[in-house]
Amino acid sequence: MKRESPPVAEIVLQIDGKAVKATEGMTVLQAASSATISIPTLCHHEKLEPYGACRLCMVEVEARGRKSYVVSCLYPVARDLIVRTRSDKVDKIRRVILEELLAHAPHSPELMRLAQEYGADKDRFEKESSFCILCGLCVRYCAEIKGKNAVGFVDHGARRKIRFVPEIASNECWDCQECFALCPTSFAQAAYFLTEALAFPGRRKAWTP
Amino acid sequence: MAKLRSAAGLETLRADIVSRRDPGKRCIAVCAGAGCDAACSAAVVDALREEAAKKSIDVKVTGCHGLCEKGPNVVVTPGELCYFGVRPEDAPGIVAGTAKGVRMDEVPFYKHQMRLLIGDNPRIDPTRIEDYLALGGYAALSKALFQMTPDQVLDQVKKANLRGRGGGGFPAGLKWETAKNAPADERYVIVNGHEGEPGAFMDRALFTGNPHKVLEGLIIGAHAIGAHRGFIYTRHDSPKLIEHIETALAQAEAYGLLGENILGSGFDFEVEVHFDVGIFVSGESSALMRSIEGNPPEPRPKYVRTSVSGIWEKPSNLNNVETWANVSQIISRGADWYASIGTEGSKGTKLVSLSGHVVNSGVAEVPMGTPLRTIVHDIGGGVADAKPLKALHFGGPMGGSIPERLIDTPLDFDALAALGAPIGAGGLLVMDDGTDMVDMARYFLEFLTHESCGKCVPCREGLLQMLKILTSMTNGKGRNGDIARLEDLAEVTGMACLCALGKTASDPLRSMLRHFKDEYEARIPAGG
Ligand SMILES: Cc1cc2nc3c(=O)[nH]c(=O)nc-3n(C[C@H](O)[C@H](O)[C@H](O)COP(=O)(O)O)c2cc1C
Ligand code: SF4
Ligand code: FES
Repeated sequence: MKRESPPVAEIVLQIDGKAVKATEGMTVLQAASSATISIPTLCHHEKLEPYGACRLCMVEVEARGRKSYVVSCLYPVARDLIVRTRSDKVDKIRRVILEELLAHAPHSPELMRLAQEYGADKDRFEKESSFCILCGLCVRYCAEIKGKNAVGFVDHGARRKIRFVPEIASNECWDCQECFALCPTSFAQAAYFLTEALAFPGRRKAWTP
Repeated sequence: MAKLRSAAGLETLRADIVSRRDPGKRCIAVCAGAGCDAACSAAVVDALREEAAKKSIDVKVTGCHGLCEKGPNVVVTPGELCYFGVRPEDAPGIVAGTAKGVRMDEVPFYKHQMRLLIGDNPRIDPTRIEDYLALGGYAALSKALFQMTPDQVLDQVKKANLRGRGGGGFPAGLKWETAKNAPADERYVIVNGHEGEPGAFMDRALFTGNPHKVLEGLIIGAHAIGAHRGFIYTRHDSPKLIEHIETALAQAEAYGLLGENILGSGFDFEVEVHFDVGIFVSGESSALMRSIEGNPPEPRPKYVRTSVSGIWEKPSNLNNVETWANVSQIISRGADWYASIGTEGSKGTKLVSLSGHVVNSGVAEVPMGTPLRTIVHDIGGGVADAKPLKALHFGGPMGGSIPERLIDTPLDFDALAALGAPIGAGGLLVMDDGTDMVDMARYFLEFLTHESCGKCVPCREGLLQMLKILTSMTNGKGRNGDIARLEDLAEVTGMACLCALGKTASDPLRSMLRHFKDEYEARIPAGG
């Protein structure tokens, strides 16, 4: 879904009981943040196309009497939409998602902070320590902002991973490294250095021995 | 051959084909569907051809007849005499007419069916459009083009209340209408022939055995919706299916039934074939459309429907193979006739793939509303090895199981969905009393954890965690809290996933926790 510009009609919707003004084409997440209502996100980044993968930003919406659960980073605002950013169900979704992610990255500061807020138990599910939570920030930043595709997804299902492409990474990454700071678990950085060590030791561009 | 340029031209051609055929002449139809093919029906064809060459008897190689369990299957017309488990050495007896066959309408597997869609399979060589034309093929297209407006066609499909056969049961007419009315300069129609569900083989049986039936429905739909471009998305790993589809497209085009100015009506429509990328999620509508665009098959959020914004963001109407195959008869025989078959909310017939612990595995077709008992016991011949029946599972890894005591439930979209075992695409798995329901849920989840795209957390991680818990339970390592963990994971997966794969992935587990919870509790020390 594309963010449309220029904005057209003005829309009023209700978020957590507050009337919030928005413009057509905005997402619920954008409308909420303009009204300083915070919704947790992991895979969202202002500079990137909305992605909808972590599902942490789910909210309850009600339109024409029908309730449903949607990701606010993608869901478009609509006239008279009623949004609840917290409810028992929303909190449960967030708690279980955090517990699932903590099985991969139990020490991520961002996850630990959210775990505290939602009462998530980092030991509820069997550990699967890959450290990557596959939010795709590195992959999408490299593709959308840098246009380099030095890091991408491989495989699918439970085997999905990120992987640096040695042929591109050896030329591009050393001078950039911008994705490292975006990563909620520091895995992007580790993955890059591992790739360097295994695939092109001592051959990265800008290497000064 | 010359392109047909009018309705009359089509009828003249049909009369010519029919006049060259002697209805009294014997014809031996050998099934070369997947099951019979694996049982070496090709050797049977060779033996029969050799024998038949001495007399004036035709041997036709056809698509699936239905009773795969007993293949290789042979049907001799006139008289529709069936021979099962045919070996090459049976050829002389069959050709001479001395071997004893059973009339099709006396075979229990067939006699309880209503074979509107698959019944023509034994009469058609799928590589010859003339066989389809001889049985009245493309008359519905001609009627739709010359005697009806696109709106009237749409109206008939709506009135017939044709619901999608690919899993969701969504009304086809409403989807067509949305795609037709969505503002755009171009719109598309698509056949979903991915059929990735384990235990489902009816789409392949129908599409491989009678490709023109699906194609005719697609062209009629394209005309009604106003699409000039269509796509067939199908399996990359079924060479015979691909060959038959490609042959059908080429022959339809050569006769002017496809391409520019179809039958001289001024309507242009072309079709491209695309292949799946081998993972189950590529059958999901938005993933399939991304795949046709040349992208990885990752589902998109559907806050805007694909019938409004699909392939290249154009309105794209996707229907299942069997859904499209229903269209021509609705047009030729009328919506009222169609709606007279079935139940209040589920009309027409449904193909069912029977598998598991059943005597007759194969593809059956019954009117909607048929009690499951008829399907399992009369058509299916009951449970294999005369064991007691334990449960029936519909819809594969996104479906659900019901216990034996609900066997009088009718085959009906809504009745089965209410019990937690939605029809899905129509795969029916029969389970005897030795079946471990914890292991069944584990099996389906194991399949899905490797067949999802892996993009969203509650699907990728939720499925994996459910699989881990179920695996440890089946290994005798169930822990206190496992059932609560499973319930939480299932609930959140159902609410929070991006596409229907994730949203329904926990349905088998949920149905089992609903109907067979004691088996789960028995795996936890002290009842957990
Ligand atoms: C994971 C997944 C796999 C699917 N696979 C198929 C398939 O193989 N064939 C099919 O027709 N529909 C499949 N569907 C359903 C399609 O998304 C879509 O609803 C259907 O093709 C629409 O056609 P219908 O309305 O005629 O049923 C699948 C859905 C999901 C979520
Ligand atoms: S629910 Fe599963 S298959 Fe669907 S988008 Fe999410 S990860 Fe992919
Ligand atoms: S921030 Fe919306 S799904 Fe991740």
